[in-house]
Amino acid sequence: MLRRRVIPCLDVAGGRVVKGTRFVDLVDSGDPPELAARYADEGADELVFLDISAAPEGRSTLLDIVERTARRAFIPLTVGGGVRSVIEMRAVLRAGADKVSLNTAAVADPSLITRCARRFGSQAVVVAIDARRRADTASWEVVVRGGREPTGRDAVTWALEAVERGAGELLVTSIDRDGTRSGYDTELLRAISSRVPVPVIASGGAAGPEDFVAAVRDGGADAVLAASIFHQRLHAIADVKAAMQAAGLSVRAA
Amino acid sequence: MSGTPLPVAVVDYGAGNLVSIEQALTHVGAQPWRARRAAELANAAALIVPGVGAAGSAMARLRRSGLVDPIRDWIAADRPFLGICLGLQLLFDSSDEDGARTLGILPGVSRRLVDAPTLPHIGWNQVRRRRSHPLFDGLSDDADLYFVHSYVGAPTAAASDAILAETEHGRLFVSAVARSNLLGVQFHPERSGADGLRVLSNFVRLAATANARAA
Repeated sequence: MLRRRVIPCLDVAGGRVVKGTRFVDLVDSGDPPELAARYADEGADELVFLDISAAPEGRSTLLDIVERTARRAFIPLTVGGGVRSVIEMRAVLRAGADKVSLNTAAVADPSLITRCARRFGSQAVVVAIDARRRADTASWEVVVRGGREPTGRDAVTWALEAVERGAGELLVTSIDRDGTRSGYDTELLRAISSRVPVPVIASGGAAGPEDFVAAVRDGGADAVLAASIFHQRLHAIADVKAAMQAAGLSVRAA
Repeated sequence: MSGTPLPVAVVDYGAGNLVSIEQALTHVGAQPWRARRAAELANAAALIVPGVGAAGSAMARLRRSGLVDPIRDWIAADRPFLGICLGLQLLFDSSDEDGARTLGILPGVSRRLVDAPTLPHIGWNQVRRRRSHPLFDGLSDDADLYFVHSYVGAPTAAASDAILAETEHGRLFVSAVARSNLLGVQFHPERSGADGLRVLSNFVRLAATANARAA
């Protein structure tokens, strides 16, 4: 039976993991490949690197990080942040990433999804959707540029279009919940997961193991992503998986 | 096994992430390189065809590189071979994915997964062995391995002897085949953590033994 995945996300800027980390016993606590290898050992099912600098000069640093990680962590690696073209995606894959997540650039030009999927296969194309709940209705609007810019697009409609164009997975982030430790937006997740055939990765709002359970059970997510609760050692991957297993969800042994 | 790293040719037809397979092979003590032309298979002791993406374009690229016959000859000579993911599906006669004619080594067709709760089938899943095989030495019976695919090879009765393992996603599908030195896996051993590295290490060891026997 297919396991539900637990995915630590590493926000990277200037070659370092940003957002506080508490890997105090590591010599170089902010080194992304070091952290990645550690999470792999601790039972992470996949890893996501998010390049939050996304500045042109940060690109070669990022590729170097991806390459060093691929040498040590033999689990799937997704890279997101600032990929705007087939050529840029190719460079990231060539460095050793398995998938690329497209966000702002895909909203600006949805044909990017089609072109990347045609060239590298749908399995390599994750479309990241940042969604904000609309005030009056049970609907969500797609926002871009780290949640700063509304687009007027409906998140569910955009999810359907992204899949139609060749997305192999959707990474769905609730901008309302992101960083708040108030739990995943399971209604948003359910609204999307119930409408698309591809796996949905939940993101934004994790506070504890029970939120991972809810994202899967109530939100229908296939995978659950979190950053700070892992980096700050608030919860271990093994604890999250134990809670999921106790709730009757199928997980890989950590 | 001797201390000399086993030379392994990884067929490069322009698709997929070859870095991870190379890194994983190096990690288990092999010496991998990318083969883009037939001449680059010459010194190899084992051959790996990896790959993700569509069967039709993969076959077109293999044909353009003049690699189709060398791969067939390699397998016909019973030399150590491992097909990974699409590399396994290509072993069958054809694929429903863009109607491609494939290598025709194992009787059967690659078909889209039916009754799958999610598609593509992405993630860790159990690989249930039908029989014991040294490719899985050191793995527990319920070991999870990493899958990323929408199509699967469906062997006919004439190839049922080759079925080594099955996996469930909606329905059971064939997730590993073995016929003498011909091996194929639908999962990605290079992305399946310690258990995946064990599978690759087992393949390298089996290949070394086969070469020593042939020498």
